Amino acid sequence: MKTLGKSDTGAHKINANLDTYGYSERSIETGSRYMNLEKVVFAFTIILALTLNFGFFTGDIGNAAHHNVYELYAAIFVNAIATILKFGDRTHMGAVLLAASLVADIQLVAAAGVWVYAVHVTDIGLTPAIVASIVSLAGGAVIANTISVSLLVIETVMLRR
Amino acid sequence: MDSIVFLILRQMRAPLLLLTTIYAIATLGLTLIPGMDDKGQVWYMDFFHAFYFVSFMGTTTGFGEIPYPFTDAQRMWALIFIYISVATWVYTIGTLIRLWQNETLQKALAEHRFQRQVRQINESFFVVCGYGNTGSRLVKSLRKRLIRASVLDLKQDRIDALMLAEHPLFLPGLQADASTPRNLVLAGIMHPMCKSVVALTDDNAVNLHIAITAKVLKPELKVICRSDSHEIEANMASFGTDAIIDPFDSFAKDLGLAVDYPYQYMLSDWFRNESGETLAPVMQLPKGRWLLCGFGRFGRAIHRELVDAGMTVQVIEPNKALLNLPVNAVIGDGTEAVTLNQAGVSEAVGIIAGADDDSNNLSIIVTAKELNPDLFVIARQNQQANSRLFAHPRAELVMEVSDVLATKIRTLLTNPLVDDFLSLARAHDDSWAQNLTERIRKISPSGFPEVWECVIAADSAHAVSNALTKGTDVRIEHLTHDHHDRDVSLPVLALLHSNSQGAFCMPSGHASLAANDRLLFAGSAASRARMQWNLQNEVALGYMLTGASLPQTWLGRWLQRANS
Repeated sequence: MKTLGKSDTGAHKINANLDTYGYSERSIETGSRYMNLEKVVFAFTIILALTLNFGFFTGDIGNAAHHNVYELYAAIFVNAIATILKFGDRTHMGAVLLAASLVADIQLVAAAGVWVYAVHVTDIGLTPAIVASIVSLAGGAVIANTISVSLLVIETVMLRR
Repeated sequence: MDSIVFLILRQMRAPLLLLTTIYAIATLGLTLIPGMDDKGQVWYMDFFHAFYFVSFMGTTTGFGEIPYPFTDAQRMWALIFIYISVATWVYTIGTLIRLWQNETLQKALAEHRFQRQVRQINESFFVVCGYGNTGSRLVKSLRKRLIRASVLDLKQDRIDALMLAEHPLFLPGLQADASTPRNLVLAGIMHPMCKSVVALTDDNAVNLHIAITAKVLKPELKVICRSDSHEIEANMASFGTDAIIDPFDSFAKDLGLAVDYPYQYMLSDWFRNESGETLAPVMQLPKGRWLLCGFGRFGRAIHRELVDAGMTVQVIEPNKALLNLPVNAVIGDGTEAVTLNQAGVSEAVGIIAGADDDSNNLSIIVTAKELNPDLFVIARQNQQANSRLFAHPRAELVMEVSDVLATKIRTLLTNPLVDDFLSLARAHDDSWAQNLTERIRKISPSGFPEVWECVIAADSAHAVSNALTKGTDVRIEHLTHDHHDRDVSLPVLALLHSNSQGAFCMPSGHASLAANDRLLFAGSAASRARMQWNLQNEVALGYMLTGASLPQTWLGRWLQRANS
């Protein structure tokens, strides 16, 4: 990831030991095609995180058949990827994005935790109450992901101007 | 610090992404591949067990194929991912370790730690720039008195030596360039408890820069500098450096004093140095013809002082192109008998080996002593490590730069009244000084007397300040007598009394004290502790003042009032 998105222009002194630039690569225009690929991947991951998450969330809140475990699994995975991609950005926008991503992660992991607890650790099983808990936690994560996507859109619009 | 954390996170992105992806794929695969339970039925792993398996596979823990032994399909999947996941884990941990050991990070952490340690100091401390021979000597003598300092040095191994030195008092140290204002501020010159900054690096220009920076940033800070160049000293003095110590000039001046005032010299030796024998005889410099080997800064300073004192000085110097070399100088090293004979070693009373190489100096001493065994030898020692080679009886007086500097500076920092006393004492003649040395020998027969200052202030002399505010007349003799029996005098001498009217050398016991007076005493450590009673304890002071014991409890005082 760190080799993408930043052409070695002389305007930036790159410390041989450590990456010194902490500004979001997305927010700097250089016009090279690697730049766009990085932006595509970043936006793709964030939006995919939201869509998978929302997909898991929709459906009758008490009905286990409406909520597919594979979709929860994929949502957790893509949210983790999105969080990691947001590391190391020193702008204010980057900090808020990272915070929203972490919130979503926590919510989804909690949802998975409740599931594991109900099915494996104790004998409660997937009762409607448990399913409701799982889905509502995932719903919280949807809000966090929505915030992330909104921020991304706002940033894109601002830059275009 | 925050930027360091962000940079680490950035560098960790690639390994973490790889790790997450590998784990996700492995877990998913394990949930999709059919297994067999113990009854022979097809059984699919759920995410929880799959993730559990992948976790202990990736970290090479390997609990086993749980809950049921794997089918071959599962085993094939696991086989592939054993190699991939373990490698990814190792890559992740390796990257983290490499980042942690990064020099920039370690340096930033050390600076941060140093800054925090300095900020936590809550007593008076000094900033010492330069931890070479002089710096380490100075810091060691400060540490013995439990005085804190923060240390800067350009070399990391000097700071390591500071950390390794065995002493319970912890001193913060940082490897940094002391001439950078930022590093001086990190070391605490702007800290309210910082009393002084001492510039002891071996580069005069750096010392100058430290002095200017300190004076500009905090004018009320006391700045003490070392220098051996007269131009730089003039420069330092021009913006008000509080003390500039040139080791060669300093030693030479003391030597010049010792020619005609040997007892004054002995007093200055006793009050400044930390340990020694008071019973040792006074050093008498013989008058007559002296040989001086080496006409560098040291040689020049000695030459000037000895000539001013009336001695004949014959210079021996190998470099005939030196500026201001006396016309009759003998050109040579001084290490061979030929040169020494040419300079007249057999008629000389003393020789000064002042070259800047220790082996040359030792060679000069040995050769000269062979030719004239009665010579008084003064040697310059350049390397601290060679102390044993210059020990008595090879040389009667040894000048080692770091020793001269450390002693002078320590006196300046801890007992500044000693310098005031010694300058007042110069006004007296040598028999006065001889008298004083006799008196000191009586009170401190075994080693050098301890010399300490006393300030009449509320925290250091509680009882005395209280008595003074009430208007009682407290005199020096009330402090110097024993609080067990006021007719017995403690073995202390009051050397100096500094008050609003000025400084008085050897004050009489009847001199009255006032608030904020400063006193300099010499005596044994035990008598110093005894005097604390008179200074701090009201009952003891009351006894000293009146001869009667005051009752210590409220009840006792009430009874006394009722009976009187």
